[in-house]
Amino acid sequence: MNAHHNASPPSSAEDAVTLTVDGRVLTAAPGQSVGAALATNGITAWRSTRKNGRPRGLFCGIGVCFDCLVEVDDVPNQRACLVEACDGMQIIGTYPQNERGQA
Amino acid sequence: MSPAGNRPGNDGVNADVAVVGAGPAGLAAAVAAAEAGAAVAVVDAGSQPGGQFWRHRPETIVPEPDGRGHHGWRTYVDLRSRFDAARAAGRITYLPGLQVWMAQNYDGGFTLRTTPTVAGVPPRDNGSSVARTVVAPRLVLCPGGYDRQLPVPGWELPGAMAAGGIQAFIKGNAALPGKRFVIAGTGPFLLPVAAGVAEAGGQVLAVLESSSGSAWLPHLRAAAGVPGKALEGAEYASIFARHRIPYRQRSIVTEVLGTNHVTGVRTAKVDSVGRVRPGTERIYQGVDVVGFGWGFTPQMELPLSLGAETRLDADGSLVGVVDEHQQSSVRGLYLAGEVTGVGGASLAVLEGLAAGTAAARGRALSSSKTMWRHRKFAQAMHKAHPIPPSWQEWLTPDTAVCRCEEVTAGQIADARDLLDARDARSLKSFTRAGMGWCQGRVCGFATACLGEGTGNQGAAPSVGSLAGSAKRPLAAPVAIGELTALAEPAETNLQTKKN
Repeated sequence: MNAHHNASPPSSAEDAVTLTVDGRVLTAAPGQSVGAALATNGITAWRSTRKNGRPRGLFCGIGVCFDCLVEVDDVPNQRACLVEACDGMQIIGTYPQNERGQA
Repeated sequence: MSPAGNRPGNDGVNADVAVVGAGPAGLAAAVAAAEAGAAVAVVDAGSQPGGQFWRHRPETIVPEPDGRGHHGWRTYVDLRSRFDAARAAGRITYLPGLQVWMAQNYDGGFTLRTTPTVAGVPPRDNGSSVARTVVAPRLVLCPGGYDRQLPVPGWELPGAMAAGGIQAFIKGNAALPGKRFVIAGTGPFLLPVAAGVAEAGGQVLAVLESSSGSAWLPHLRAAAGVPGKALEGAEYASIFARHRIPYRQRSIVTEVLGTNHVTGVRTAKVDSVGRVRPGTERIYQGVDVVGFGWGFTPQMELPLSLGAETRLDADGSLVGVVDEHQQSSVRGLYLAGEVTGVGGASLAVLEGLAAGTAAARGRALSSSKTMWRHRKFAQAMHKAHPIPPSWQEWLTPDTAVCRCEEVTAGQIADARDLLDARDARSLKSFTRAGMGWCQGRVCGFATACLGEGTGNQGAAPSVGSLAGSAKRPLAAPVAIGELTALAEPAETNLQTKKN
């Protein structure tokens, strides 16, 4: 996943939601989407395209484009922009680690 | 299909009026129908009312949103309290978190098959994340729309987003998807998006508008008819001044820069038809989010699947034809909001009220003068912010057009020129453009334009081409089990999706 900027991490650690993304533990503000949890932790790409293996993340942000598909708790192909991040969620992306890094 | 297929069964909901959507139009339609005495069922993909326009943080976290950053919030609060009252009185059955994947008309009514928007997540709040079938003699479709896109080199890089996606991110999460933004495209919607970013603490390096302010001059009379819009404009002007946001007209992003993520954008000035003016190129570095919006695309798959008559609106969008009571060409099928022509939330509410009242057989609301003024304003807006006719010249053969199937502009041009594939549907069969997960929702307009070629029609595809692209056998991806559970499958080319 593309380590980028740390836009705005959750302000209060107390009621933060903890989720695991490809084995890495992240916190998110309660009520945030999985996509927002990833993006605010600096992860902006988590899907690899089928044909060219290109990185993808949020695009339409409202469930129309399906670019942000990700596996959530063993259910594949979930739209990260629509799933609410919940405590203990296991998120698995398809954009491989070794291709992540600088833009 | 036969009436046997319309019995809702255990998971079914019977109503006098079914409403799809709980945004400005859907909320208004549901409230109006319920207050006129009808039993109403509301199906909405969202997990709480508001739609895209009044999207707010989950009420489980923020029970009483203050409406900051919203417009028409008082209208929302009013509609919402009436909606909640009608629910409490048992007049509205609210089914959130469900998408309609198939709508069918039968003799004297409609059946809606639904599927959870988010699969495998335990139902919260209203507990209606379980697929339900809704049957009603009258149906009001208020599915809204989403940002229309034009491809540009590099727009598939992470960090490039729909302008509305950036706004939804902020409204729904109280956070920003990045730090340094460029917002580009055309239309007044770019203003609230940029203002929202700045007010949330992001830096907007520039807003690039392909049109120019002088394009409004022939339409001042229409603009004056809706004074509220001028107030909104003044509000944005003050936010832009406060945050020192440059607003550059007749400017476009010609390329999104970066390898695995957006790092910058290359921009240029354009002439009145959208041709790049040589020597005006400029590069913005250190950009991590670029937002694109070229107007909106109404969600037409449900009206099309039910056979509603369509037309091209002033912005080149495919929209449904309605009469003065918002009834479509299909008896009992009403349309309200963006599917009758992109016109914004105020107009959507008025249309929703009219449609809901008519669908409930209430005392007919005649088309109001206010509605007429809003429509005139919308038309003026579309004419002042057209898709630049020369936009296809911005592409290179390598530019991705269909993001899902990674089909390039060159492949589409080849299919057009060598195989004579001129409409979106033929291009889909030859190139797979529009065949992926989003089913052409994102690339459908652009593909239809590319099929027409670079001539006069290059920014205005035909009704047939757009309808071919927007006709989708399944209105939402659905589990194979839900398909096979149908007692009598409709005679459509059912496809299941795999990635």
